[in-house]
Amino acid sequence: MTATASNPLTTDPDFRQVPRVPLSRLCRVELRKSWDTRAGLWLLIGIGVITAAIVVIFLLVADSRDTTWDNFLGATTLPQNILLPVLGVLLVTSEWSQRTWLVTFTLEPNRSRIAVAKVVATLVLAFAAVLLALAVSALATALAAVFFDAGGIWNLSGGDFGDIVVAQLMAVLQGVAFGMLIMTSAAAIVALFALPLAWTILVNLVTALNDLRDWLDLQTTNIALFEHTMDAEAWAKLGVSVAVWVLLPLVLGTIRLLRREVKSA
Amino acid sequence: MIVIEGLTKRYGDHTAVDDVSFHAEPGRVTGFLGPNGAGKSTTMRMTVGLTPPSRGHSTVLDAPYSQLANPGRNVGVLLDASAQHAGRTGREVLTLGAMVMGLPGERVDAMLELVGLTSTESKRRVGNYSLGMRQRLGIAHALLGDPRVLILDEPANGLDPAGIHWMRGLLRDFAERGGTVLLSSHLLHEIEVIADELVVIGRGRIVAQGPKAELLHAAGTLVRALDSAALKSALDQSGIAVVATRAGDALIADANTEQVGRAAAAERVVLTELRAAEGAGLEQMFLSLTADDSREEVTA
Repeated sequence: MTATASNPLTTDPDFRQVPRVPLSRLCRVELRKSWDTRAGLWLLIGIGVITAAIVVIFLLVADSRDTTWDNFLGATTLPQNILLPVLGVLLVTSEWSQRTWLVTFTLEPNRSRIAVAKVVATLVLAFAAVLLALAVSALATALAAVFFDAGGIWNLSGGDFGDIVVAQLMAVLQGVAFGMLIMTSAAAIVALFALPLAWTILVNLVTALNDLRDWLDLQTTNIALFEHTMDAEAWAKLGVSVAVWVLLPLVLGTIRLLRREVKSA
Repeated sequence: MIVIEGLTKRYGDHTAVDDVSFHAEPGRVTGFLGPNGAGKSTTMRMTVGLTPPSRGHSTVLDAPYSQLANPGRNVGVLLDASAQHAGRTGREVLTLGAMVMGLPGERVDAMLELVGLTSTESKRRVGNYSLGMRQRLGIAHALLGDPRVLILDEPANGLDPAGIHWMRGLLRDFAERGGTVLLSSHLLHEIEVIADELVVIGRGRIVAQGPKAELLHAAGTLVRALDSAALKSALDQSGIAVVATRAGDALIADANTEQVGRAAAAERVVLTELRAAEGAGLEQMFLSLTADDSREEVTA
């Protein structure tokens, strides 16, 4: 039927000497999976459009003295901080809901390598989202400089940009972790937002828990990140809360992914 | 070459697969036959490392599947044709597979052509495919890496008679080139058309295995002994071939009852059963195995 049909399969004595699939290739495949479905593509487009829209709105409504690069970029952080974890969740949970683990894990039986590829792919996507935010906010700053008297101030420092990169990478990583741990899209997304929110409310209401809030509530500890007021103590507090809310779920989720039986139906 | 030895899978009290052992040899199409829920898929999932076995082990090309580097280049696997992202196009599904395996893009076109999916069809989303088209896509995916072994779970499901005929040609050609094929089905007539060797499973246990011709038109003698190994060697010494096995260590010997009886007596083997194997025994056995399922079909 094709050119492959005539030659025998077993002539090559070294057919088993195929090298292992390089991790870089697995990462590229996982990255591709983020946009090669309609749902995935629209989520990415959505993140891009919302990022651009929020900057445009800020440009239209802000006082001209506030039209700084730093503020434009700052406006994009909250929507991206909400949407990027969803992206992370879906890149993992869709493999369960669409049952594509059957294929993913038969082509690469070493599941930990797939877990690493998923994490790398989502980190790349999050970084790309922040770069897009940086570019759009630079464009807005340039426009503000042209159209407003006191506007368009190029005040963004490398450190400020770094803070935002850290915040968004953490957010997307938390999404991957919850996706691995909870495995179904809806439940993982609800848990991703409801659990931290419930915890934030609890530790703020109960005075006795205020120490816990300062060290273990990510919504409290990352404020300094968004306000660019990080110091040694703030990094320590952030580190502890990230360990609990991001790294711990990531470790538990990875263990679950490695052990879980993959069934077809 | 696929070797399955003593594979067992328990879910709590339920034993889904119970001590299953068989070989699938190169150059042969081995059919794995059994009613729905008999343990075929679980056995296949254990073979490719998706389900950890409770006991036993398996190798594909002399290695546990999970230790194969880039397994797609050596083993083509289709476990569930519908287990593809509904929002991905058929071509994209193959492209992802080709990327992982490190294959050029032309391989995708070649496989689409081989399974008869047109360019237009390949650009549609899998969610809009019929089951038959998904099976063809799944076969294309399994063949992408030019493998030596094919493991296909219910690949003929959803294919029309012409499609089944096509698959027979494809798999026969693959086997004739030295490939190993293990495919499962819950339909006797489907397997009859495609397979050379049969492994019949019911309620998690293998109930018969051997060449298709022998099992379907079982002539010869059904013989059972207290010591099955001794019986085998007794038959062997008398030059009587064992053509198939049945549940409970029974053997189907290629000789009449007297010849088998003499062979056993010569080696002082105690027989517990000795009778002519009835014709169409496989069909009878399969009907009794599927009785539960057919009752469901009537009421459904």
